[in-house]
Amino acid sequence: MKEELFVSGRNIPNIDPYLNIWHWQIPMYLFLGGLSAGILFFAGVYYILGKEKQMPATVKWAPMLVPIALVLGLFMLFLDLKHKLYFWQLYTNIRLESPMGWGAWVLMIITPISILWSASYMKEMFPNWDWKFEFLNTFEKWVIRNRIYIAWPMAIYAVILGIYTGILLSAFNARPLWNTSLLGPLFLVSGMSTGAATIILMSKSHEERRIIGKLDLLLIVVELFFITHMIMGFLAGSEVQINAAHLFLGGQFTVSFFVFVIVLGLVFPALLEVLEMIGYKVPIVIPAVLILMGGLIFRFIMVEAGQLTRYLY
Amino acid sequence: MRYAMAIDTRKCVGCSDCVVACQTENNVPIGFCRDWVSETVDGTYPNVSIELRSERCNHCDNSPCVRCCPTGASHIEDGGIVLVTQHRCIGCGACIQACPYEARYSHPDGYVDKCTFCIHRVRKGENPACVSVCPTKCMYFGDLDDPNSDIVNVLKNRKFKSLAPEAGTQPQIFYLV
Repeated sequence: MKEELFVSGRNIPNIDPYLNIWHWQIPMYLFLGGLSAGILFFAGVYYILGKEKQMPATVKWAPMLVPIALVLGLFMLFLDLKHKLYFWQLYTNIRLESPMGWGAWVLMIITPISILWSASYMKEMFPNWDWKFEFLNTFEKWVIRNRIYIAWPMAIYAVILGIYTGILLSAFNARPLWNTSLLGPLFLVSGMSTGAATIILMSKSHEERRIIGKLDLLLIVVELFFITHMIMGFLAGSEVQINAAHLFLGGQFTVSFFVFVIVLGLVFPALLEVLEMIGYKVPIVIPAVLILMGGLIFRFIMVEAGQLTRYLY
Repeated sequence: MRYAMAIDTRKCVGCSDCVVACQTENNVPIGFCRDWVSETVDGTYPNVSIELRSERCNHCDNSPCVRCCPTGASHIEDGGIVLVTQHRCIGCGACIQACPYEARYSHPDGYVDKCTFCIHRVRKGENPACVSVCPTKCMYFGDLDDPNSDIVNVLKNRKFKSLAPEAGTQPQIFYLV
């Protein structure tokens, strides 16, 4: 039997008995970031493919949500800082070694891109919209002419943003549950799936919903594959990683992970999408909302469980 | 120059004097600590063994906290001492997540705080507060690059281990066993 205790007494707030330094703000931010990445990626790609007319929700409507989601996400990040008045130093330093450092810069680039993209569709969406100033009208015309040059970087930066939400966690060697290189692609795929679900919710065209629904199904299958591989990788890893996997395989997160993330968040919506594809009538709201909830709960569980995994004590 | 510490687990009695000395010397807020004493009991009575360790920031050679800091507030000073510049820290908590030794905490004033190896004393040629008060003289502080220092001597002659070396951090606190 081995027993370890602090004889000097140690009960530091948010550190002992287990780490809890990141609260609800971080998973919310990861969710909003992933969602934005998914929407912007599809918007960019379908614009480049010339499907602007066939896919209005993908290219025009859903991206309207992105600036709001990104600003809200950034605000969540700000709320999580403990030394808030010094936050601007994120942007007076360039530290490529730090995922949080370059992630902050990626957000600094993609947020204005998403605002430009949405602004260029404002008049189309709201015919009574008026920019008030003439130079804004001229600028809008210029943006509309050059949309293709925005679409490319938007799609590329969306992928970087999606991967970043995973790398932010996976770069921490000290948290064995996060410390897997699969987390970047996994969060990217999950983010794209939640983005697709948002587009499905907003779309009024049956054809568009069918195309995005098919893509979403593919993303869910890839996500399930990544989750299986992640857990297999942990079980084949070092002791701390085996312990991390056991949080989901009999440990305290088993029920929440399998019920809310795997079954209700992935398998069940996938089944509903398949049923709809073969001709059954399924209200599209159900799988879409389930996917969004699953994605959100997945991030909450990963952030919370990851902080429980450690090397010592 | 490479500062490091060696702690004799066979001499330590777990009195926690090092903890109190650190709190006093560095004005550590109440309820927080930069060093702590852990006790590992192995076996079942009557065949038990106890190991006492005074633990703190390991001032790692490959320090993940410095790597992940988005502003450069966490940095490495001369002699390999890992420090946090208070006015550059935004309190994002990344370094706290990155530390496998749970050696960092969020100071009530917002910035991240940790053991400094008492750099203000070391620069004057004194030992860190914890080392200087130890009643059993179980702690050795010194420069690993100086072949005549106590720490090099003791590490040459005794078996030692470090904590969680598998985390890849190359910790610089050595426990004599």
